[in-house]
Amino acid sequence: MPPILVAEDVRVSYGAVEALKGVSLSLEEGDIVAVLGANGAGKTTLLKAISRILPLTSGVIKFRGEDMRKYPPFRLPSLGLAHVPEGRRIFSTLTVEENLQLGNYGVRDKMTPQDAEREMRRVYELFPILEERKRQLAGTLSGGEQQMLAIGRALVSRPQVMLLDEPSLGLAPLLVQEIFKVIEQIHRERGVSILLVEQNARKSLNVASYGYILETGKVHAEGKAKELASDPHLRAAYLGGAAIKR
Amino acid sequence: MGVFLEQLVNGLTIGSFYALVALGYSMVYGVMKLINFAHGDLFALGSYVGYAVLVYGSCIITRTFGVWAGMAIAMACAFLLVGAAGLAMERIAYRPVTAAGRLPLVVSALGVSIFLENAIMAIWGPRYQAYPATVVPSVSWNIMGLRVTAMQSFILLFSLFLMAMLYYIVQKTRFGAAIRATALDREMATMLGVDVDVVIRFIFFLGPALGGIAGIMNGMYYRQISFAMGWNYGLKAFTATILGGIGNIPAAMVGGLLLGILEMLGAAYISSAWKDVFTFLVLILVLIVRPTGLVGERIAEKV
Ligand SMILES: Nc1ncnc2c1ncn2[C@@H]1O[C@H](COP(=O)(O)OP(=O)(O)O)[C@@H](O)[C@H]1O
Ligand SMILES: [Mg+2]
Repeated sequence: MPPILVAEDVRVSYGAVEALKGVSLSLEEGDIVAVLGANGAGKTTLLKAISRILPLTSGVIKFRGEDMRKYPPFRLPSLGLAHVPEGRRIFSTLTVEENLQLGNYGVRDKMTPQDAEREMRRVYELFPILEERKRQLAGTLSGGEQQMLAIGRALVSRPQVMLLDEPSLGLAPLLVQEIFKVIEQIHRERGVSILLVEQNARKSLNVASYGYILETGKVHAEGKAKELASDPHLRAAYLGGAAIKR
Repeated sequence: MGVFLEQLVNGLTIGSFYALVALGYSMVYGVMKLINFAHGDLFALGSYVGYAVLVYGSCIITRTFGVWAGMAIAMACAFLLVGAAGLAMERIAYRPVTAAGRLPLVVSALGVSIFLENAIMAIWGPRYQAYPATVVPSVSWNIMGLRVTAMQSFILLFSLFLMAMLYYIVQKTRFGAAIRATALDREMATMLGVDVDVVIRFIFFLGPALGGIAGIMNGMYYRQISFAMGWNYGLKAFTATILGGIGNIPAAMVGGLLLGILEMLGAAYISSAWKDVFTFLVLILVLIVRPTGLVGERIAEKV
């Protein structure tokens, strides 16, 4: 089967600054693929380009073999793509429940109300704390809860592909564990294909089957997650282990 | 006590106009972060559309269907035409310059304001126009010494009805949640499947349409209209918006009604010649003491 998501030689610029200089990657259906790299490498830019929030200067992005440029950006959720952006971007003055309900706004024509209700229930089962707080304004949630809300908001649209941008950013170590467990669970139980952008390389390569390492807008290295995790050069540069321990 | 109650009723009536116009400022600001300076002139346009329908059509409409049905038809026309003018304004004057930044947008809004004011003058002339007395109901009631006209009651009730409808749409419906989401984070709303252009068009139709309704009710209430009235009412309603807290629907309602009452009580107990001075004193005081407005921040829902 062809990959569900493919980027071919993608270039994106912010004004005169080129943030992606010809990036190619692919995500097979049912896989978790990690995109790693230092701050400023272009990871967020790549996900925004896939979501059609940023225009490509050249290259192409295909979702299930189709060039995405045929569709306006707001149609992507109805095609089966959900984006959990960096910084969570929940709607802080809307209630938790309103935030979740907006998650299936883009698929409202494709889902019966019963289906929509069931997806909400499943999210509440995955994150019971969200149900307890559903009448609260989302801005009053803790960082970890907001991340759960952002992931739940993506899940209620029943996506085939999820783009996750640094879901563990700024969370306490225990919560980081929790989030990675959730990612594995979503993948296992729903078969969602996931493109996972992270700074936490070790944990990401642990859940992913394949990985890419971005450096200043280019793919610096790619390979099976296990191989990347054990590559001595990469360990030194990205996994922090060898260089510090000597 | 009699004077007080009478001025309270007058204040609530005028406050309804301010509130309806303030809602338009507030909605557009919430989604576009733009003070739509042309909004007052859309209010004036509503007055003139209503005037045209009632004067040119009065011999047919009012005579055939009666005063209330004639009013309903004129108000529907004002609602639709001023809403359409709002849509055209967004398409012609705002959308092409949004990418250029805030300042070009504000200048464009001022341009639309000047254009509308002059267009009204060119079509209907520079002199005051009067709504004929036969097109508005002349009924009034005496409630324990307090004279309340049918027109006043209608304006107050209908304005409250419109505000309640708007509140319901924005706070309780799915589309309303999409509007609020768009106001908070347009890009994220898009990623969830909200067609932001539809939201913007809705805002630019409904905001002006409500202003148009306020305009025609104002015309029927005072029965005298002028091409330049948009500037004055626009500033008053803008003050009401700031008084309540911009970008917030309940705040615009509270701000409008409160300003109307303040103005009428000030006119009765201090001096009617100083009426407008109170308004702008309020504006300046609020901006100094509480720039977020009376209701601002606490609810802080930016629509
Ligand atoms: N809105 C922007 N305007 C200009 N430059 C930007 C903008 N966003 C990101 N960049 C630049 O693009 C590069 C890639 O950024 P980003 O994709 O956010 O990296 P990452 O997510 O890997 O940290 C960086 O050099 C960053 O400074
Ligand atoms: Mg980033």
